[in-house]
Amino acid sequence: MTLSVNDVKRIADLAYIEINEHEAQATLGQLTDIFDLIETMQAVDTSTVEPMSHAQDVVQRLREDKVTESDQRDLYQSVAPQVEAGLYLVPKVIE
Amino acid sequence: MQWEIVIGIETHAQLTTQSKIFSGSSIAYGAMPNTQTNAVDLALPGVLPVLNQGAVERAVKLGLAVGAKINSPSIFARKNYFYPDLPKGYQISQYELPIVEGGSIKIQIGETEKTVHLTRAHLEEDAGKSLHEDFQGMSGIDLNRAGTPLLEIVTEPDMRSSAEAVAYAKTLHSLVCWIGICDGNMQEGSFRCDANVSVRPKGSETLGTRCEIKNLNSFRFLEKAIDFEARRQIEVLEDGGSIRQETRLYDANKDETRTMRSKEDANDYRYFPDPDLLPLEIADSWIDQLKDSLPELPEARRARYITDLGLSAYDAAVLTSAREIADYFENLLELLPDQAKLCANWVMGEISGRLNKEAIEITACPITPAQLAALLSRINDGTISGKAAKTVFESMWQGELERNADAIIDAKGLKQISDDGAIEQLVDEVLAANAQQVADYRSGKEKAFNSLVGQVMKAAKGKANPAQVNAMLKKKLSA
Repeated sequence: MTLSVNDVKRIADLAYIEINEHEAQATLGQLTDIFDLIETMQAVDTSTVEPMSHAQDVVQRLREDKVTESDQRDLYQSVAPQVEAGLYLVPKVIE
Repeated sequence: MQWEIVIGIETHAQLTTQSKIFSGSSIAYGAMPNTQTNAVDLALPGVLPVLNQGAVERAVKLGLAVGAKINSPSIFARKNYFYPDLPKGYQISQYELPIVEGGSIKIQIGETEKTVHLTRAHLEEDAGKSLHEDFQGMSGIDLNRAGTPLLEIVTEPDMRSSAEAVAYAKTLHSLVCWIGICDGNMQEGSFRCDANVSVRPKGSETLGTRCEIKNLNSFRFLEKAIDFEARRQIEVLEDGGSIRQETRLYDANKDETRTMRSKEDANDYRYFPDPDLLPLEIADSWIDQLKDSLPELPEARRARYITDLGLSAYDAAVLTSAREIADYFENLLELLPDQAKLCANWVMGEISGRLNKEAIEITACPITPAQLAALLSRINDGTISGKAAKTVFESMWQGELERNADAIIDAKGLKQISDDGAIEQLVDEVLAANAQQVADYRSGKEKAFNSLVGQVMKAAKGKANPAQVNAMLKKKLSA
């Protein structure tokens, strides 16, 4: 699969990341290298291998449904760049 | 041209757990912003999600209640999109191998029954909340809701009208409440529907291009949004246009839907299995245990009411619209075992009417089934008339005389005259005083009979047992 510079720009757009033409070209080169690596791996014949959804052959452990956390808002918000009325403030994004 | 509307529904039901799906934070509604968040909910670096057993249990219960397949293993996936109220940059959801697959729900439209097939139901976490006002060009983020467990329940495109869509949504709502997996509170967003709507020429087998209407949080909005959207699509097509696949929002104030985003701007969610979560396996023994914990389901009760109690499909559907109503009805019926229809009529009539008027739930009904049974048995044994019973009911509702039916009947003098001798005397007096009407009746004027009954009831101040008055009059007149 080949990636175009437009694909890179679209991904950046979805991620709300601003990149210039130069960065887009550089990223295209890096991503293309990764795709080459994937293609090398995909060349391996796995037709007789059962697909796995996780690299470790173990199953999910479950947690009892209990509230174990207390309010630590002040602690968490002490490292936030901007807060007001208990809310984290971020640049405006409206969908 | 005749058009057919095709509807599929996705519902997000918030599960009734204590804690979040992947962390031990509380999900209680209405807390101060960001006071119910921890490092996992805030997506701080290095944290790992730990799955809540209570959320899994509730998903399995729904699967069992709709006759679906419970997938084991089922797997969790990351749904990637960037929005400030989703701090991880992805929502943990399920894509391939959802926990619940297939199943169906029977819905009742009038006296007609229809089956709506389910595609799947999967577990996922809710996002936080963005507030866009009041912050001078900034958005305020509250992450209390982030990580709240949701079960997304998806149907096949099986519905053909807004009425069917509403019937489905109501039936599903009553089911999730019935089995206790969701509190069903639509104002608080615990149960919200998205409708996928398309239209096609009647008789066509291929589906038209669909639009998805997001976040309908009342049955009325669901109905109105679908009606508007179907009309809009038909108009576009009849004008020779074509429908663009897109996501639309319903504006209740204007009663219209409008574009939120089109397919071209649609997110590419790049789903992939979440490496932080292992495959979820659900042992058969656990499934059996959950099966045993389920109450008798509404569908089974409905069938029992029709077959064993002889109620109509409509009555059975109304009585099983909520578990609390069905329980009230059954508690009442236990005290009056042969009076299913009378019990049904009073629960659906007087009780429901009064509850609606006062906007309270049946669990807060001031009259207990035992108190109501005491009243209804006085109708049955002829002590009071059906009309007087309504007066007694009103007094009981107001809490008079400790809601004791007999005490109220005595105090208000509502006892019917059922004594044959007393009724005979009244009838004789009326016949003697109305010779003309007696003659009319005997010469074939049936109407005169009703007039005579009226006279007797009037003489008895409305307290004579009408059946006995009728019988006595007939006897005397044919003598």
